[in-house]
Amino acid sequence: MKKTEAEYTWKDMETGCIVTEPGSASNYRTGDWRSQVPTYTFSRCIKCGVCALYCPEGCIRPNAEGNYQADLYWCKGCGICPRECPTGTIAMVDEEE
Amino acid sequence: MGKKVGMEVSLAIAEAARMADTDVVAAYPITPQTHIVERLAEMVANGELDAEYIPVESEHSAMSACLGSVATGARTFTATAGQGLELMHEVLYVASAMRLPVIMAVANRALSAPLNVWGDQSDLMAVRDTGWIQLICENGQEALDSVLCAFRIGEDKRVLLPVMVHVDGFYLTHVVEPIEIPEEETVKRFLPPAPFPMPLDPDKPVTMGAFAPPILFTEAKKAQEVNLRASKKVILEVWDEFARIFGRQYKPVERYRTEGAKTLLLTLGSFGETAMSAVDKLRGEGKEVGLLKLRLWRPFPFEELRQAVGDAELLIVVDRALSYGGPGGPAYSEIRSALYGEKQRPRILGFVGGLGGRDLTVTEFEGMVKRAQEMRPAGAEQEFEMYGVRE
Repeated sequence: MKKTEAEYTWKDMETGCIVTEPGSASNYRTGDWRSQVPTYTFSRCIKCGVCALYCPEGCIRPNAEGNYQADLYWCKGCGICPRECPTGTIAMVDEEE
Repeated sequence: MGKKVGMEVSLAIAEAARMADTDVVAAYPITPQTHIVERLAEMVANGELDAEYIPVESEHSAMSACLGSVATGARTFTATAGQGLELMHEVLYVASAMRLPVIMAVANRALSAPLNVWGDQSDLMAVRDTGWIQLICENGQEALDSVLCAFRIGEDKRVLLPVMVHVDGFYLTHVVEPIEIPEEETVKRFLPPAPFPMPLDPDKPVTMGAFAPPILFTEAKKAQEVNLRASKKVILEVWDEFARIFGRQYKPVERYRTEGAKTLLLTLGSFGETAMSAVDKLRGEGKEVGLLKLRLWRPFPFEELRQAVGDAELLIVVDRALSYGGPGGPAYSEIRSALYGEKQRPRILGFVGGLGGRDLTVTEFEGMVKRAQEMRPAGAEQEFEMYGVRE
């Protein structure tokens, strides 16, 4: 089984700390940086995808109904999507503990 | 057998980089390094060296370009001096931590202000903790030989570290010396291509220079520390092999007339040659004086230094750099620290001199030995002083 970060010793470090697994950055949870979370009133969503274009994390995708929604594993809660949404679908609310 | 010619040391360094079949040179000219890169640019321009010469806009860019170059598997050489080394300072740490064997000649020069383009070792000491292997040369032959060895050492799979070859600005770089130029074929056998083992390759993608969070950073630093210390074994191996092939043996700490010496001088770089003349003169007068010359600065040769110091009673360390407000010259304080745990250690005194191109002559080395005797009484407060300063 793969070691967790906390189990890595100095001997486990790759030469020059090179990352040999392509795309492994997607394993990194940035969602826990968040202090505000996007909430949705999907009845207003026109599925234009502007929010996804502006998302600096690239974590917004259409859900099963085709409405655009952030993946909270990566969403940092920056608040750009509600600002750019032309129909006011998105609102940021404080993240609960 | 190679051929002995009269050659400016800067040109000999360029010649070594050419014989090593360097693929990429990224450099920015600065006194007193200029002749090295000027010659390399000329070699590339007229087809003597099949390499890419990247004329960058600063030393920061020079070192950055070198990192990228080594990362693709290209053999890479650069050179700088003084302020230029300081401008690339932050990138030096990146080269060593990413284990990219850039080979760099440094024409040691004083650091501003006041503005001074002449030689001392302030720049060398300022990059002490950058994690590079650092060799210090005493003469032109050593400069050429060290550049060849630097490629072999740095590129060794057990090492993979950048190497600095320090040559005193002007004292070496601008002096014409008799230098044996080895045969091209012999150099090729000594230095087969050894590209970086995990290069940037679109078919096998890797990420270099990623970040390490607090939970991994300490482990990364420990790995780096163990790796640099372990490189000493390979350095010694390479020097031994170099001796077998080229007939010149190098050691981390060179001894000169140390048999039975009660007093030892210790120098770094070209001033060792002057100090040898002073030792000869003092020995001629029946004084038991010898000389140690530190060639390997990082990794620091602790064992070799302790052995070489032996049972001397007085050790005089001559620095060409000053640690302002600190314990004297940087080499002096390191050597005192290296010998601190020894049951029997000599009294260790330090002089700082030869700053910003000021010469230290044979007479002045004799003067230092004399002055050290005056400073020597146990319990005397002063343990280092700036030598030759006008009061």
